Amino acid sequence: MIALMLAQAPDPNSLAGLTGLAMKAIFVENILLAFFLGMCSYLAVSKRVDTALGLGAAVIFVLTITVPVNWVIYNFILREGALSWLGMPDTDLTYLGLIFYIAVIAAMVQIVEMAIDKYSQTLYAALGIFLPLIAVNCAILGASLFMQERDYSLAQSTVFGFSSGIGWALAIISMAAIRQKLRTANVPASLRGLGITFIVTGLIAMAFMTFSGIQIK
Amino acid sequence: MTATVDSPAVAQPKPKKPLFGKKEKRAVLDPLWDHNPIALQVLGICSALAVTVKLGPTLAMCAAVIFVLCASNVVVSLLRRMIPSNIRIIVMLTVISSLVTVVSLVLNAFMYDISKQLSVFIALIVTNCIVLGRAEAFAMANGPWRSFLDGLGNAVGYAWILIAVAIVREVGGSGKLLDMQIIPAAWYSTGVQDPGYINNGLMLLAPGAFLLLGILVWVQRGISGYTEEN
Repeated sequence: MIALMLAQAPDPNSLAGLTGLAMKAIFVENILLAFFLGMCSYLAVSKRVDTALGLGAAVIFVLTITVPVNWVIYNFILREGALSWLGMPDTDLTYLGLIFYIAVIAAMVQIVEMAIDKYSQTLYAALGIFLPLIAVNCAILGASLFMQERDYSLAQSTVFGFSSGIGWALAIISMAAIRQKLRTANVPASLRGLGITFIVTGLIAMAFMTFSGIQIK
Repeated sequence: MTATVDSPAVAQPKPKKPLFGKKEKRAVLDPLWDHNPIALQVLGICSALAVTVKLGPTLAMCAAVIFVLCASNVVVSLLRRMIPSNIRIIVMLTVISSLVTVVSLVLNAFMYDISKQLSVFIALIVTNCIVLGRAEAFAMANGPWRSFLDGLGNAVGYAWILIAVAIVREVGGSGKLLDMQIIPAAWYSTGVQDPGYINNGLMLLAPGAFLLLGILVWVQRGISGYTEEN
């Protein structure tokens, strides 16, 4: 089936290819529901819809910035032969990837926080408290690692970062809406909280799997 | 702080602490059940589910987490008096990501197949909340030996849940355990006879993992009597 998809796939950097990648990252391979990334903040912050909206927006924002930035770092500094522009074609710094990515993410989060604080007080009031949380959100680091593993181009990694963020936000917002309703439900005592959240997430994940047959041409 | 260190009361030889006293025992045993990092503290779930389709990679993942958690707790605990508190998160992340890089290179060198199956999830131990959480909450305030035990206890508390989920998923989803056939082949339909047994494909997919962990948490909390608000 994969071979069939590859045979029909359009040029990955064309508009159609990028749209397909975006749809795949949002629905089919949702970074939270299929790869389980960013579960910790998802479980902790999905109790109310408005906070979930705030965190979702912050994740979209940070992912859209960090994935392309890490792409530049990977392709111009870390990759084998990437330092040829400095006259060092034999250097392979791939093993430093992890430390670089996490440093970039922590720094970007800090910079974004300061920029928002300076230019938009309303946005800062909405996103401010969530930004530090995001530095250790595995969805952010995971997206950068997938970018490296799948060898995306710059355009692809920007689209991938943005749509992974959308997918994550979609999942946490729908979960928060369900949990707000659940508050009035009669859930068995020891299933309350974490247990029922997992089971509901499983059902949402099942619903998202119905997208898996769809292809964008 | 300096005043107390310089005072004569502390300068006297300390009473010898037992190597494995009550507190040390608690540091190891508490996280196994009463304060289980996954079931009660809701930490480290990010990587817990993705690697549990088969038992083999799960065992490798657990070993990696046990190593990283113990080592990072010891290193952070040794450095705890030297780390300025406002940059401690960066220092801890650097320690942890160096250790994870070591683990991932070792796996690449000696267990290439398993490291391919685990793909990015070994690297994601960096953002596993248990590791950072224990460094912050325990290792910054305790000595290296106790921090080591705390790391061991939490890592094993994490590992047993992962292993339990992985066993159910592999046996239920593919009828195998560690790639050996567990469900007798005679139970499956052969085309001539149909005894009626089929593998549960849901177990291999993401929703199966969520449902199983939900049920496991339910059972664990039902027995330990822990409840929370919705």
